[in-house]
Amino acid sequence: MVAPSVPVVRGSVVPGSVRGGRRDWRGWKFMLPFAVVFVFVFIVPIVYAVWISFFQRKMIGGTVFVGFANYARLFADAQFWDSVRRVALFTVVQVPVMLFLAAAMALALDSMKLHGSKFFRISTFLPYAVPAVVSTLIWGFVYGAKYGLVGSLNGLLGTDLDVLAPSVLLAAIGNIVTWEFTGYNMLIFYSSLSTIPHSLYEAAAIDGAGEWQIVRRIKLPELKGSLAITVIFSIIGSFQLFNEPSILQNMVPGNAVTTYYTPNMYAYNLSFSGNQSNYAAALAIVMAVITMAIAYAVQLRSMREQMK
Amino acid sequence: MSGSRRGSRVSSGVGVGGSGVGGVPVVSARARARRVARDERAERRRAGRSGFSNPANPRRSTVMTLVCALFAVYCLFPFVYLVVNATKTQADFTSTFGLGFGGSFALWDNLSLVFSYQDGIFGRWLVNTLLYVVVGAGGATLLAIMGGYALAKFRFPGRKAVFVVVIGAISVPGIALAVPQFLLFAKLGLTNTPWAMIIPSLISPFGLYLMWIFSEQAVPVELLEAARVDGAGEFRTFWQVSLPLLAPGIVTTALFTIVATWNNYFLPLIMLKDSDWYPLTIGLNQWKDQASTAGGQAIQNLVITGSMVTIIPLVIAFLLLQRYWQSGLAAGAVKE
Repeated sequence: MVAPSVPVVRGSVVPGSVRGGRRDWRGWKFMLPFAVVFVFVFIVPIVYAVWISFFQRKMIGGTVFVGFANYARLFADAQFWDSVRRVALFTVVQVPVMLFLAAAMALALDSMKLHGSKFFRISTFLPYAVPAVVSTLIWGFVYGAKYGLVGSLNGLLGTDLDVLAPSVLLAAIGNIVTWEFTGYNMLIFYSSLSTIPHSLYEAAAIDGAGEWQIVRRIKLPELKGSLAITVIFSIIGSFQLFNEPSILQNMVPGNAVTTYYTPNMYAYNLSFSGNQSNYAAALAIVMAVITMAIAYAVQLRSMREQMK
Repeated sequence: MSGSRRGSRVSSGVGVGGSGVGGVPVVSARARARRVARDERAERRRAGRSGFSNPANPRRSTVMTLVCALFAVYCLFPFVYLVVNATKTQADFTSTFGLGFGGSFALWDNLSLVFSYQDGIFGRWLVNTLLYVVVGAGGATLLAIMGGYALAKFRFPGRKAVFVVVIGAISVPGIALAVPQFLLFAKLGLTNTPWAMIIPSLISPFGLYLMWIFSEQAVPVELLEAARVDGAGEFRTFWQVSLPLLAPGIVTTALFTIVATWNNYFLPLIMLKDSDWYPLTIGLNQWKDQASTAGGQAIQNLVITGSMVTIIPLVIAFLLLQRYWQSGLAAGAVKE
């Protein structure tokens, strides 16, 4: 077979300009279905949200344009900032713990020093297959001081542990999220480690590098790349915290999980029980901006390098 | 012809001249594997004699295995808890030790009760979930394949914009979309119908990203050019040339979109009010809440057993398709 004489660089550059400088629209044939649905379920709702955030529903006069009044109210809303502080704290503690565990496990698996590493790989990843509802239910039952596992242990040891007490509730939720997603992040780390050519290790070993040096000089730098993705996804995920606290809500004694426990729960309750969709839309937009700003600030740039 | 693309993870020192583009001399794969194994054995012996550590074949460490075993126990014990408690009656569940068996073995009773409770609505939820998964996740996979392929193999106007918009969209909180999505769907009369669940499920930015990375690596440009030179249209090239090469990536993407749809809680929570259209996740949560409503009968045994039934299909899928999601993700990680 004679391929057209087009220089091929690492198989990724497409000779789109083969037929002179004409613009190449062929790609849209494949892009279009995604793009159409995407516009319908992402772009239109976002534009719509921005639009309705400038209105308010009044008792008299129906819905009226209020400019930035919803945003002004939001910036003075103590409950909102309370919830933002909570997810920020959650992010700062939970994400590093989870990613550290994931990276450690990935390095352990990649070191090939484990007996039965296949078992470890699948068992760490398995929680990812469990729906948030089910994992929260299980952990909720485990946590329960009345007839849960913690309750049984208390009876057995004569202790009075309560992992659902308001002071430690956030940590209890953090544990659920860590359980759910460590394996997923581990797999991303592990996959990127497994792309390192083994000849590199051999070369390093011949040059006298020890195992720790190989980890420090070869493996950790490689992990940095996938760290970008995992950090971004984790930050986005924990700023959107909703499922776990809202499912736990009535498994927790008292009112420890408030209606404004996380920004997402606050927005949900505002729009679906409080009938304040306009205010909720403003909240959602502010949260989107905060999340995107943080994600960008952290590491989005490295993902964009792919577009070179 | 460069016919033999390696789909799986490169596990040993292969790759020395293995992935050349044009006519690599075809050595029988078996002979090659034999040679590699022999070399590795010799290498291990040499390393043992000289005292050098060999990073490709290190000594197994029991201490490290034990430490990792602790973590594995943490990961697996909720599954054990679930299975153990699915064998208990409601009375045993509230009275006996959490990780021990109850007075009677009630697994089969629980299972039949799960499927018969409230006129067998659990079966309906299961069917709904399957519908959402087949249409929603299936459609999402197809759109992601085509979109990812377009991003990887064509330089079309607006390509950069597509990338930036999609990446930006990932970081928009679900609720920012959900509220206006709900209002929009309500206006179109789509809430409380399967469409409200299916249409938003059709978009998987992560799937698009995976397929993009995967297409970039798995489909050689010269193959496409050859097909075009031979006069095949773009769609024919896509179906007959590219799609078979993309298979491992497709399985991975499908797996992730299936999990996302099967496990979705937030979307059906806001979109569906009629319990006849609930997926399993919302249904289970409703059963759980029954205990805390006034006069509601606590049915934790059914919640636990139903949870187990809910996760079994996915767990099985993950176990059976290990090879795919691992190799697929490995391909996704190459670029990073």
